[in-house]
Amino acid sequence: MNTQTRTEHRIRYGMVMDTRKCVGCNACVLACKNENGTPHGFTRDWITTTTRGRFPKLSMEIRSERCNHCENAPCVTVCPTGASHITDTGIVLVDHDKCTGCKACIAACPYDARFIHPAGYADKCTFCNHRVEQGLDPACVSVCPTESLHFGDLNDPDSEVSRLVAENEFKVLHPEAGTRPKLFFLV
Amino acid sequence: MDTTLIETVSGRHNPMIDPHMHIWGWEIPVYLFLGGLVAGIMVLVPLLELRTNERSKGLQHAPLVAAGLLSLGMLSLLLDLEYPAHVYRFYTTFQPTSPMSWGSWVLMLVYPALILSWLGGLTQETRDRLGRLPGSGLVQWALEFATIHRTGILWLTIVLGVALGTYTGLLLGTMEARLQWHTATLGPLFLTSGISTGAAFLMLMPAEEDRLNRLVRWDSIAIVVELGLIGAMLLGFATGGTTGLIAVKTVMGGEWTPWFWSLVVVAGLAVPLALNLTEIRQHVHMTLFSPLLVLGGGFALRWILVMAGQQTSFALLQ
Repeated sequence: MNTQTRTEHRIRYGMVMDTRKCVGCNACVLACKNENGTPHGFTRDWITTTTRGRFPKLSMEIRSERCNHCENAPCVTVCPTGASHITDTGIVLVDHDKCTGCKACIAACPYDARFIHPAGYADKCTFCNHRVEQGLDPACVSVCPTESLHFGDLNDPDSEVSRLVAENEFKVLHPEAGTRPKLFFLV
Repeated sequence: MDTTLIETVSGRHNPMIDPHMHIWGWEIPVYLFLGGLVAGIMVLVPLLELRTNERSKGLQHAPLVAAGLLSLGMLSLLLDLEYPAHVYRFYTTFQPTSPMSWGSWVLMLVYPALILSWLGGLTQETRDRLGRLPGSGLVQWALEFATIHRTGILWLTIVLGVALGTYTGLLLGTMEARLQWHTATLGPLFLTSGISTGAAFLMLMPAEEDRLNRLVRWDSIAIVVELGLIGAMLLGFATGGTTGLIAVKTVMGGEWTPWFWSLVVVAGLAVPLALNLTEIRQHVHMTLFSPLLVLGGGFALRWILVMAGQQTSFALLQ
């Protein structure tokens, strides 16, 4: 009997952020605001610095943070209308037309990555899905002057993000939340 | 002193999120309180009716009053929505993993159950008056339906009351990201508190003496269970590692400690329980103090948990 096995490749987008290269210049933050027209006073990505140690032996870690596009996304499971959803490529998005602004997703996010857009819907990083669909990198990745941000398909073992994760020590934020985030920080 | 510094500075300053989350204001505690109170009425009035096979004349309109209170709660919920024009979106889908979606549909079932249980327990005099209203054909049909299926409707009302009361707690309890809300005890705690506040509300209505005595006993049982659940919740947090310690600190040493213990535990539970027990044992005539304290304590419980819980996040872990 002849059997034919077909494996369909399913894209699973993720991001790698190299904390060893980031200088905290905020270019990613400004690029995001320009690209997505984020209103004044709000931000979809941001720089966080953590200083550890005992003077004079101090170390500083600089991270460019945003929505972690979790595989087990609590913002999606609590959404009462289906506005928060995960695309076939693993990107967590909000359908503005379905959002009531109930804020359950904001409360459910362990990363506090969401906010209420002044127009009344829950807003957050989209991995610049409109650019990704055209084969482009997210705006933050494309402008990073130190190349500390990388974007790609985590299901492709030959992609840059897969290689970086495989070959380097990394961490994710709040692994104890069990959300399986897809934003990896090289440390 | 050998101290290791860990200091995190974030460049994020999103409104309602930073420096501490404050997405839910007065509207949510008001809704949770009224929802719980209505759940209590939905459990207690049918239970009283099933025991004696007749409704107390003084509690005749209690289900209708409950429907009014629930409407006030839903209005409060609507005011909380950032895009209220999209409220219909709750009813164009059902999301099985979302407690809010379950709650939306339960609320839609609660109204007909309340109306039918109200109609089924009306006195003949009130039925005759309703029959003279315009469109009385529909009213007559509903009255007949409510009378024929009275027992079934009463049990359905109890089940829906339990669902409503439990859901108000699960709404918060399923949010793992808010450390103080993330406990399975919130569902039964809010249900029990709802039954207690429901009993207290019914005590303010002109019910007969034997019904009032029964309500005082049921309220006392609910208060004892509620105290036990609060103890279990705090014990669970205290033994729950770092996240649990952050959660328990809000009411044991943190900002909300004096309010929680004075308004909820002492004034809202311990004092009314003592008053109830005095009434039961000494056969003292009931006063308004106990029910009013229970209502105040039930509201304070929800207010404190909603406000304090929002601020307990993973960001507090270093």
